[in-house]
Amino acid sequence: MQADLLQEARRQVEICNACRYCEGYCSVFPAVHRQRAFSDGDLTQLANLCHNCRGCYYACQYTAPHEFALNLPKALAEVRRDSWESLAWPNGLARAFHRNGLMIAAATVVGFAIIFWLARTWGEAGGSGFYAVLSHTAMVAIFTPAFLLPLASLAVSLNRYWRATGGGAIRLADIIDALKSVGTMKNLASGHGDGCNFEDEDRFSQARRYAHQMVLGGFLLCFASTASGTVLHYGFDMPAPYPLWSLPKMFGLPGGVLMTAGALWMVWLKLRADRDLGDPSAWSGDMAFTLLLGFVGASGLALYWLGGTPAMPALLALHLGSVLSFFLLTPYAKMAHGFYRMTALVEEAQHQRATEADNALK
Amino acid sequence: MTIRCDVAVVGGGNAALCAAITAAEAGARVMVFEAAPKPYRGGNSRHTRNFRCLHHGPLGPLTGTYDEEEFLDDLLKVTGGKTDETLARLVICASEACLPWMEAHGVRFQPSLSGTLSLARTNAFFMGGGKSLVNAYYRTAAALGVEVHYDAPVTHLELDGNRVVRLDVTKDGRPCRVEPKAVVVASGGFQADIDWLARAWGPAARNFLIRGTPYNRGAVLADLLDQDVAAVGDPTQCHAVAIDGRAPKYDGGIVTRLDCVPFSIVVNRNGERFYDEGEDVWPKRYAIWGRLVAGQPDQVAYAIIDARSLDLFMPSVYPPTTADSIEDLAGKLGLPGPRLRATVDNFNAACGDISGFHPTELDGVATRGLSPPKTNWARPIAEPPFYGYPLRTGVTFTYLGLKVDGTARCSRATGPIANLWAAGETMAGSILGQGYLAGLGMTIGTVFGRIAGREAAAHAS
Repeated sequence: MQADLLQEARRQVEICNACRYCEGYCSVFPAVHRQRAFSDGDLTQLANLCHNCRGCYYACQYTAPHEFALNLPKALAEVRRDSWESLAWPNGLARAFHRNGLMIAAATVVGFAIIFWLARTWGEAGGSGFYAVLSHTAMVAIFTPAFLLPLASLAVSLNRYWRATGGGAIRLADIIDALKSVGTMKNLASGHGDGCNFEDEDRFSQARRYAHQMVLGGFLLCFASTASGTVLHYGFDMPAPYPLWSLPKMFGLPGGVLMTAGALWMVWLKLRADRDLGDPSAWSGDMAFTLLLGFVGASGLALYWLGGTPAMPALLALHLGSVLSFFLLTPYAKMAHGFYRMTALVEEAQHQRATEADNALK
Repeated sequence: MTIRCDVAVVGGGNAALCAAITAAEAGARVMVFEAAPKPYRGGNSRHTRNFRCLHHGPLGPLTGTYDEEEFLDDLLKVTGGKTDETLARLVICASEACLPWMEAHGVRFQPSLSGTLSLARTNAFFMGGGKSLVNAYYRTAAALGVEVHYDAPVTHLELDGNRVVRLDVTKDGRPCRVEPKAVVVASGGFQADIDWLARAWGPAARNFLIRGTPYNRGAVLADLLDQDVAAVGDPTQCHAVAIDGRAPKYDGGIVTRLDCVPFSIVVNRNGERFYDEGEDVWPKRYAIWGRLVAGQPDQVAYAIIDARSLDLFMPSVYPPTTADSIEDLAGKLGLPGPRLRATVDNFNAACGDISGFHPTELDGVATRGLSPPKTNWARPIAEPPFYGYPLRTGVTFTYLGLKVDGTARCSRATGPIANLWAAGETMAGSILGQGYLAGLGMTIGTVFGRIAGREAAAHAS
């Protein structure tokens, strides 16, 4: 990891540890206050715990032009991105995509091209509907590795993360605590529940919290849609297409709407937010990935509305192409944040439990 | 250029904003003139953290009960009776209604957390600290149509008999005249004007650090006192505490505190001890150490601890100077080595049984036959590495201010001034004649800010 980024984060965190005014905002500060010195692993954990709500920046009496020049959301965002790049496997890929929206766009176009090419060569193999464009076998052959390889890559990275930050044996209670934090986006609520500071300087707003949960909820619904389709196909011999009142559609339709609308809302918010309170070098990569996520949702919805028209084969290729790129980019782009942050929250729950046990002994 | 408005508020901190919001809610057209640029708006309120509040039973984040007599008793203890009891009771009784008012105007509180649990009953803590309170008030004021001018120092209030007829303001770098119907002055003390401080205290004040905003230079206070507006408070005194000697000249705020003194020996530039470091717990002693350090050569002192004490107090913002021997430490700190060695040896020899050492209570572990003694936490400075922290005097605020009545109105010898009110630090000397009580500055500012805003708006309508 980059020593200069870690050193700057350490300088700032040590000032925070002498101040403690922000203690109530989020999980980062209680984690800071438990310690007196901060190793690279500690800083990596703090950086991944930070949700970039920016409450601490606007409340800080030491931001520039003060000579202490604190900008903790930025310092932690830079360490966070740097940690993802160096923990990724293979890590060269993360360096290519995190900071480069054009590369993400290019990867997406490559995804389109692959599917178009496959459709020409493997299409019309006696299937009907979507499978007339690309056979079911071909889809499985492409998407099974495209789904599993990124998960394997993430597993390697998270294992590296766990070792670098000193995580212990995981208990169910830690996972439940972390899931609660994610479910409520507690760390984007600033302690008082009024939301975070993002699109309009120091005004507290729920917009980012809600937009995030729309994307997250939408994504999970889409995932449930695909999973239920797989079960119907293999378990009940019920291949696609599915009617409106079927599990894949009942998950997929609201999922697609939420994911598309949430991603667009997030893009709108990101355009208004101060880029210098995050990692400016990751802005284009994050933006491109959010747009890609929105495109996955939107193209899926388009496919539903226009599935019976001559536009279908082209739409299917665009949709599947974007899904392919999305899967393959996941360990190396913004999507990785969900996996790392969940891990950081589990570890924080662990540390909290250990501190409470220590205090009880005293 | 001449600007007209109903109420002109001079200053941009807590008291000023409470006045501006209250006046605007009463229908007045309000302008705020803040001397600082926007990033530094809010005066010393930016550095505050809590609000002392009377309450009967749990209120917001506050536990238990804190009644009028206990509150007043706490105030009398710190001020040694130097308080206007009528105004003090007014502030105390009005504080209870302020807390819900603050919440309704955007301030958010949090439960007392690490290091502040002892204040959970008496003081309500702002989520994010004073700057977040200031931000919330600026948002509220803007929504009410209050016009805020930053970088707009007021240089003069023109008095005609017992009326303010005009304000001279520098706005966008140009002089500008403001003709308001009513004026609220809430622009703090004069502690950032080092020349004034040196005239009041003596030349030693040039070595003091100013803990808060560099914009509280007392220009409006001086202007009004020159025009014989009634004053209150000791003009020679300031509230000063011992802070990290490496702090910035201005605006170091909370992080420059050093809590190591009770576990240390403190020596001056000559390597000699000069006061009982273990007299009481640090929150009760940090203020007298401001004066003690001010009385030493070059207004500097050094707290020396050994390895055993490093984790007994809040981490400092600057790392300590570290050495494996007392002589090396003296060298690094610029102290005379043999002299410091002798001081440490004498101290260590005077330490007795340390088995009762207890860092969080008065443990009575004292030196014997040493002058000055150390009456608690007297444990030998013996285990390397040794650590040293420089201490300097940090000024929080000054006591001299404008005398007001129970309606926050200012006066001259000839009687009350018809359209001038004061709130906050600039009139706090009426209530805090000496010493300080945590969170009381914000209470005075909020109570009198609201009164001043109400009175000014009523006058203007």
